[in-house]
Amino acid sequence: MSHSQKAALFNKNETKVNWHDKALWFVREKRDTAAHKIKGWEYLRELASGIKANVLSNLDNYLVQFEQNAKQNGIIVHWASNAEEHNLIVHKILAKNNAKKVVKSKSMLTEECHLNPYLEAKGIEVVDTDLGEYIVQIAKEPPSHIVLPAIHKTKEEVDELFQEHLGTTPSNGNPEYLTNEARKHLREKFIEADVAITGVNFAVAETGGFVVCTNEGNADMGAHLAKVHIACMGIEKIIPKEEHLGVFLRLLARSATGQPITTYSSHFNKPVPGKELHIVIVDNGRTDQLSREDFRSSLHCIRCGACMNTCPIYRRSGGHSYDATIPGPIGSILSPGKDLKKHSSLPFASTLCGSCTNVCPVKINIHEQLYKWRQIVTKDVKQPLVKKSILKIVGIVLSKPKLYNLAGKSARFVLKYAPRFMVYSNINTWGKARELPEVKNQNFDDWYKVKRKNNG
Amino acid sequence: MKVGLFIPCYINQLYPQVAIATLELLEKLDVDVYYPTGQTCCGQPLANSGYEEDSKSACQVFVENFKEYDYIVGPSGSCIYHVKKHFDILEQSKEVVKVRNNAYELCEFIVNILGTKNIGASFPFKVGLHKSCHGLRGLKLGSCSEKKESHFSTEESLLNEVKGLTLMSLNRKDECCGFGGTFSVFEEAVSVKMGKDRIQDHLNNGVEVITGADHSCLMHLDGLLNRNKQPIKVMHIAEILNSSI
Repeated sequence: MSHSQKAALFNKNETKVNWHDKALWFVREKRDTAAHKIKGWEYLRELASGIKANVLSNLDNYLVQFEQNAKQNGIIVHWASNAEEHNLIVHKILAKNNAKKVVKSKSMLTEECHLNPYLEAKGIEVVDTDLGEYIVQIAKEPPSHIVLPAIHKTKEEVDELFQEHLGTTPSNGNPEYLTNEARKHLREKFIEADVAITGVNFAVAETGGFVVCTNEGNADMGAHLAKVHIACMGIEKIIPKEEHLGVFLRLLARSATGQPITTYSSHFNKPVPGKELHIVIVDNGRTDQLSREDFRSSLHCIRCGACMNTCPIYRRSGGHSYDATIPGPIGSILSPGKDLKKHSSLPFASTLCGSCTNVCPVKINIHEQLYKWRQIVTKDVKQPLVKKSILKIVGIVLSKPKLYNLAGKSARFVLKYAPRFMVYSNINTWGKARELPEVKNQNFDDWYKVKRKNNG
Repeated sequence: MKVGLFIPCYINQLYPQVAIATLELLEKLDVDVYYPTGQTCCGQPLANSGYEEDSKSACQVFVENFKEYDYIVGPSGSCIYHVKKHFDILEQSKEVVKVRNNAYELCEFIVNILGTKNIGASFPFKVGLHKSCHGLRGLKLGSCSEKKESHFSTEESLLNEVKGLTLMSLNRKDECCGFGGTFSVFEEAVSVKMGKDRIQDHLNNGVEVITGADHSCLMHLDGLLNRNKQPIKVMHIAEILNSSI
């Protein structure tokens, strides 16, 4: 199903759409307040964008530097060129440690690699410990947002879900009660876990350490209790120096949720004596994207989700309508690079309003890249014949003033004199919910010929 | 100073009153204005649909029509933005560069080139301004709510000088209306919902007339208003600035 078809389904329930829109707009406004309190906000964005551009131009060196320093710290470093290799590596580590129970904090990369189903098929229990992730995990759904994975669920829906899976008593969607119940349940899982898996927000080349940001402290809880910690990162997560964290941590929290700082920014530099610390560095299509000049800067992304919160289409179509690991505007420029055919409708799920570009903390020109992907989609993916032919004909008509004149006149004639049932037929998508403009007797050309004879 | 009047295709065919208001307004301001009659369209509907290649001839026609003018002025931020931003697909001849550099949205031309804000218009109504995305974020006709920048708005600065006009403030100052060209048909459900939500914001704030510098957004909103029989009118900003009620 295309994005528009899924979006139309989501829009069947207007009350839910209104609620979804308001919830995310609230986050967008919180972001505005937090960001605009900082004097040098626009400068910070510029700086972050520059650092990321530098990273991408020197990625080979930074990655090698990072590996060297990480190894010196006693971290075991693995390289995976794709999702399969990533999953294989993680499973190997688990098998070696005879691990049966895994707790995981939020990581979009492991979502991208479909790690959970892979491990579960091998008899390993994987529990997502971020509350939102946990909710979608027991609902057997993918996250619909990268920072707020269960934003599509109301608290009443979560109530029902918890009754079914955790045996809670009905609470009318009481968030405190529900959170506490989840907390109790997850505590057990943390204590029992053999291995903790986390994502990586920033990997520092000069130190070989990395930073994981969570609001719930679940990454720390997992990593400190389990004997083995595996951190999975995409190759673009590198930043050159530790001091650059001062730029990125400030941007990330404010852009994501409007907080001045994420509750836990946990620095991991070396394993605790007697424990193991692994890093899996994953490519999975990122070097391909790096090679595409027009789309390279999409790899600047620090996964804050601000473009989703601001996107008027995302807010009214829901994350699942994108049918991609990363939904919303940033997902719509990343996903076509992975599978153009599957994601060919995503670059069109936008009015090119440019709000995403304006909020992006690392200044990715998202809406311009959407426009560029559109040009590629129409060339490389088979288009519906009708759409293609109509637009080709329009192209010809617009290049011939006389033909254009005739077409304009005929169209206005039809709109003016055809009976309503013909004009508002099934093929007139515009007219389903909107009236067409009322046609006047003259177009401007005609008026001008009569009223302003003396120039032109 | 010779000014070429650019009237976007859909305004020419469907909203001649907007084109007339634009022309009369420029004449009132003593501008030496000409209307090249061979003009068709800037090519944006094709390009935004992914058929940029097929729009090249239309772009060429545009350049041919306007290459001799000092300024090209049109009542549509979106089309002007397209000329400035996306005519990079043509070979950058002297003419193409000149046309791209000298294309102006009407309000921007009046305020920044003519240096006027007060045109002597009067319009005693409560007006809500719809800031089109291409005008706002593309042409930078005003400050954007996402950015940390001091407040300014080209259209507001003109409307504030109109006698009797009360500019109403909105809860969401610059959210997209959901028109988006072919988006309005290919993503019909979301497009309609976005439009309805924009209208509700104007209704909630007591607006009688929605205006803006892009009639395509207004066409979309007007279609919804008429279907749902809601008590708001839409008028292009040129029509308001050309009024003396």
